[in-house]
Amino acid sequence: MSNNVLKEKRPAFSEGVAQPFSRRKFLGIMGAGTAVAVAAASCRKENFSKHINNGTKGKGNYGVDLGSGDIGILNYAYALEQLEAAFYMQVIDHPYKDMSVMEKVYLTDIRDHEIAHREFLKAALGSMAIPELDLTFSSVNFTQRSSVLGTAKAFEDLGVSAYNGAGKLISNPDYLALAGKIVSVEGRHAAWIRDMITPDSFAGPDVVDMNGLDVERMPNEVLVIAANYIKTKLDASNLPTS
Amino acid sequence: MNLQNIISEIEKTDPDVYDRLDTRRNAMKSFAKTSGKIALASIPLALGSMFQKAYSSPSAPTDLIIDTLNFALTLEYLEYNFYIKAVASGIIPSGEALTALTLIRDHEMEHVNFLTSAISAAGGTPVSFTAANFDYTAGGAFSGVFSKYGLLLAVAQTFEDTGVRAYKGQAPNLMSNNDYLTAALQIHSVEARHAAHLREMRQAAGLLLPAGVTVKPWITLDQSGIASSAVQASYAGEANVMQAGVTITNIGGKDISAKAASEAFDEPLTKDQVLAIVTPFFA
Repeated sequence: MSNNVLKEKRPAFSEGVAQPFSRRKFLGIMGAGTAVAVAAASCRKENFSKHINNGTKGKGNYGVDLGSGDIGILNYAYALEQLEAAFYMQVIDHPYKDMSVMEKVYLTDIRDHEIAHREFLKAALGSMAIPELDLTFSSVNFTQRSSVLGTAKAFEDLGVSAYNGAGKLISNPDYLALAGKIVSVEGRHAAWIRDMITPDSFAGPDVVDMNGLDVERMPNEVLVIAANYIKTKLDASNLPTS
Repeated sequence: MNLQNIISEIEKTDPDVYDRLDTRRNAMKSFAKTSGKIALASIPLALGSMFQKAYSSPSAPTDLIIDTLNFALTLEYLEYNFYIKAVASGIIPSGEALTALTLIRDHEMEHVNFLTSAISAAGGTPVSFTAANFDYTAGGAFSGVFSKYGLLLAVAQTFEDTGVRAYKGQAPNLMSNNDYLTAALQIHSVEARHAAHLREMRQAAGLLLPAGVTVKPWITLDQSGIASSAVQASYAGEANVMQAGVTITNIGGKDISAKAASEAFDEPLTKDQVLAIVTPFFA
């Protein structure tokens, strides 16, 4: 791969900003040379995925490309934080029946933590950030405590497992440290929510194995679960795998 | 920017650069794999990552991993022996409280066993401690730790919050081995679950709480939530609201208080900071 290839694609990149990148043009570039990956980079999210996403148009089914390397992992985390933040915003906007004062205070704290995570990742990613995702909580009954807390538990345990599994996929130690700062807070959320559902279930055998280890999941496993709530199709195929 | 030239330049001063970067071919291939898919603007970042991986470890990776795992094992022994005595103390209310501390004790035992095996598997010699090696009064600072329930919970909370910070600080030292890094992260989040639960227990018990402070499962500012300055070192730096140069308070125009901003991110401790905190507990 030479530098020239990158330069060559720059006009297409800026052109795409002004004008949505057409699928035809995208395929044309792919066919034009061997730099398939570079073409994918040139027209990732801002130009390509934003316009041909959700896998609903055409046969492309590409979705929003999370990207590769550390950027990809940060976008993956950003997607999950978008999900969590949106969920708790709805929980606080429409409190379930008989939400106690303490529950209201703690769930508001959690909402704010998730918004902070989301906004931080968005700021850190800058122009590399994926767009705002289309989410659905149609399976959640926001008036019912058990439905809300059950979903919260699922999200928090999922988040913990996602960060635990993604740690090894990160190259830059600074980013690993940042992921570490977030995951333990998700673990604290998970513990409290679980205790609210069932006392003493903060680190139950469903999440902590015989070696005293928490769950870890790879992005593909996590995204399959998250897809129940994320309508936007996400393309994780460029994420690191080890 | 010409990547080939950059590596050639480094080769002049460091002939082993290609060995460090695996082989020349793999280095270029792996860089191409990464950089090909990301936008031009982030290439310096990707380059930085590539060289950081090659140069970050001062010692041989295996030695660093064994040292790091032995450090973790030392902390697990500290915790495990604490909970053995706590559960046997007879001052823990039966029911939920005793069940919780027993579960935590068992997790710490599992961590001891797991790390011992992992260190042996890596070709190292695991450290080993017994109850006789520890003084949980920390030279008298926590006198009555196994006879006063509030003090027992306060010390337990401090151990867990410190453990979370310790693992967080050590994670980058395990980056050269995916399996050990992942396992350490899996222990890290379990310690966070323990910490959250102990904080709930303390708030519910209402013992040793400073006036006007609610102890939540997460750490607010650098408040220990414990009416004793003896534990403050375990919370130093937790009030941080800047992450990677980004101010979290009111980030993105959202109404995020400094308290929430500090709670949203747990902070690491260095090995030296952790050793300073736990050394008084070694007899």
